[in-house]
Amino acid sequence: MTTLVYLIPVALFLGALGLSGFLWALRSGQYEDLDGAAERILIEPDGRDSEGRPSN
Amino acid sequence: MSCCAPGAEMALEFANAASAVPSSDEIKLASCALDGGCRQTDLSVPSVHCAGCIQAIEAALAKLENIDSARVNLSTKRVSVRWRGEQVPPFFAALSRLGYQAHLFDPEIQEKDRTLSELIRAVAVAGFAAGNIMLLSVSVWSGAEGATRDLFHWLSALIAIPALAFAGGIYFRSAANALRHGRMNMDVPIVVGVSLAYAMSLYETINHGEHAYFDASVSLLFFLLIGRTLDHVMRERARMAVNGLSRLASRGSLVLRDDGKREYVPVAELTPGLRLLIVAGERIPVDGDILSGNSDLDCSIVSGESAPKAVGAGAHVQAGTLNLTGPLTMLATAAAKDSFLAEMVRLMEAAEGGRSRYRRIADRVSALYAPVVHLAAFVTFLGWMVASGDWHRALTIAIAVLIITCPCALGLAVPIVQVVAARRLFEAGVMVKDGSAMERLAAIDTAVFDKTGTLTLGRPKLVNASSIDPTMLAIAADMAVHSHHPFSRAIASYAGYSGQPSVESVTEHPGFGVEAITEGNTWRLGRRGWAGWKARTGGEGKLGGYGGTVLSKNGNIVACFAFEDALRQDAKATIRELKDAGVSVDMLSGDTANACGEVAKSLGIESFVPALLPSGKVEWIGSLTGAGHKVLMVGDGLNDTPALRAAHVSMAPATAADIGRQAADFVFLRESLLAVPLAMDVSRRAGRLIRQNIAIAIVYNAFAVPIAVLGHVTPLIAAIAMSASSLIVIANAMRLQATAKTAPEAVPARRRTDLVGAAHP
Repeated sequence: MTTLVYLIPVALFLGALGLSGFLWALRSGQYEDLDGAAERILIEPDGRDSEGRPSN
Repeated sequence: MSCCAPGAEMALEFANAASAVPSSDEIKLASCALDGGCRQTDLSVPSVHCAGCIQAIEAALAKLENIDSARVNLSTKRVSVRWRGEQVPPFFAALSRLGYQAHLFDPEIQEKDRTLSELIRAVAVAGFAAGNIMLLSVSVWSGAEGATRDLFHWLSALIAIPALAFAGGIYFRSAANALRHGRMNMDVPIVVGVSLAYAMSLYETINHGEHAYFDASVSLLFFLLIGRTLDHVMRERARMAVNGLSRLASRGSLVLRDDGKREYVPVAELTPGLRLLIVAGERIPVDGDILSGNSDLDCSIVSGESAPKAVGAGAHVQAGTLNLTGPLTMLATAAAKDSFLAEMVRLMEAAEGGRSRYRRIADRVSALYAPVVHLAAFVTFLGWMVASGDWHRALTIAIAVLIITCPCALGLAVPIVQVVAARRLFEAGVMVKDGSAMERLAAIDTAVFDKTGTLTLGRPKLVNASSIDPTMLAIAADMAVHSHHPFSRAIASYAGYSGQPSVESVTEHPGFGVEAITEGNTWRLGRRGWAGWKARTGGEGKLGGYGGTVLSKNGNIVACFAFEDALRQDAKATIRELKDAGVSVDMLSGDTANACGEVAKSLGIESFVPALLPSGKVEWIGSLTGAGHKVLMVGDGLNDTPALRAAHVSMAPATAADIGRQAADFVFLRESLLAVPLAMDVSRRAGRLIRQNIAIAIVYNAFAVPIAVLGHVTPLIAAIAMSASSLIVIANAMRLQATAKTAPEAVPARRRTDLVGAAHP
């Protein structure tokens, strides 16, 4: 019984953390272009050529 | 962009041949101002579909001057560009250099979808609550007792509150709305069941009772919300795809002021008496008379006439017609709100059709179901009162009856099938606007087609190419490349033979044809009376004539061209499939009897009515409906829009007029007309599955209710029974997807290389 006193709050807190994380991701627009996010991983970041060397 | 293989699932299979790049005034009008002098323009780019496309577009646009940022959204196939300054950066030119066709997108449609984010948040909260309460419930079922059980019940009650308030709010509002209008929908028994379950569980918890149904009430909401959200996402995807199609109506027009100044004015502010400049490729914004200039007008979307009409000074023009070849100056005679388009909108509003009268299957079932269930619970209560006299026990059992019959499976039975069916249609390029459309389509017995633009493409095809001297055809094709006239485009697709003298100094004479000079010879391609000036035959201006187009050398006719409105791909197979499915097919058209007769004969349609006015089409559908038929209307023109609304259910191709696309229940994006029988077939199969699912739900109740009435239901049994029935219903709905896979896939639509080839060089 005594373990429940802290285990249940910990469980609920972790669950609530996940929930708020999801709501935050939703609000910040991370679900607006799911297909695009999947493809963008293939794009080289700016300022680098195809071999990954910094250009200029 | 060679990386992009043609045939991206969402790419339009055929582009609007005459779509012109919008002027910078129009872009400015369609953009919205942001903070700090920045403006945002949204473009729809249907052919974007891989990482290479994203990078190419974003890099090319970022290089342009005055552009702050450009961001591609691959899911919606859109690019939003932020720019500053007075001058509009040339992003259309940059995109077309890369090979992407783009069109402007109205910023007001791009408003965030509040309902969807509310639903997703509700699902998240309900899922969190259902998961935690279920864990606590499992501990109770496993034998937690005394103070521990009470603690778990209290915790469950607390966790359930936000779920009920936030996720249940959607159902409470919907049920209250239905009751206020004296109707019954599926949400009413859901709300009654959920709130009574919560109230009774709270009472039990306070009195240290053994059974609490918090898990049942919250997981019920969670399951139902998943179905509802999927349903919404599906319809939203269809709506977005339809909104992403290029807009046909013009946003504004260049006005020529008395002092010679030119000014771009939005359509809504055009007043009678203004002089408007219409360049080739633009649509006429309001009704008016032509002051000067010669051109050809494409009226197919307005009146259904398939042959372009030559116009000159003095001619009256209707709003919505497309100016094909030459610039025109016109005098506006009506404001936009009095123009042809507005007249169609009024007719459409007057013609409230099957859509408003139709009651959805789920609502009809729940109108029967809810009273039966509530009565059964009440009788149970009375029975136990008489039998035991213990009101607490009687109430507990009565509420258990309500919980076990709460239409979880029934609430999922319809939406889940429609989600699967809509996805199946989406993959085939058919957009469904709402679920009731599929229920209505499954019931049709008559299909009414418009001719121009629906059964045909509204685009002429050269029919006597084989009988024309190949050299002459090649010369004509070389000349025709320089013109936007539909006949020229049809001839130009025969280009590519070598060996003919190369044409030079080509000039277009709007309303007449194209003239070219080669090695001292004058070639003319166009109207018989103009091109063959040495052999006047008087053929010019004859009505309904496609045979009036000739190629002449120094005034002597050397080749005649005959055209025919090209049939839409698979039109014949479509008509046959519909007839095989027991649907009678009619054709209504605004075109001449002659043109209609030819099309009807080649497609095997026995009944057709030519030369109909828009109101005539509505009356025709009205009389069919009056005779007890359920009518499907398939049409694309402005003149079909009232009929689309009047019919029981309606479909429009992607090339339809803007308001037609908005009015139709289904929009198909590919060229093939087989979308019509496909949509009907899927809808009918979905209808069968829905009835099966409802039957499953009723059989489930037939077993569950006696157990509940006898008082043997515990929260554990309720949880298992409800989850099991939901899973069975979902599994049954998935069968639609499975059978669809084994069915032969739709023939991949052929791409018109002459039109779309430029998009994928």
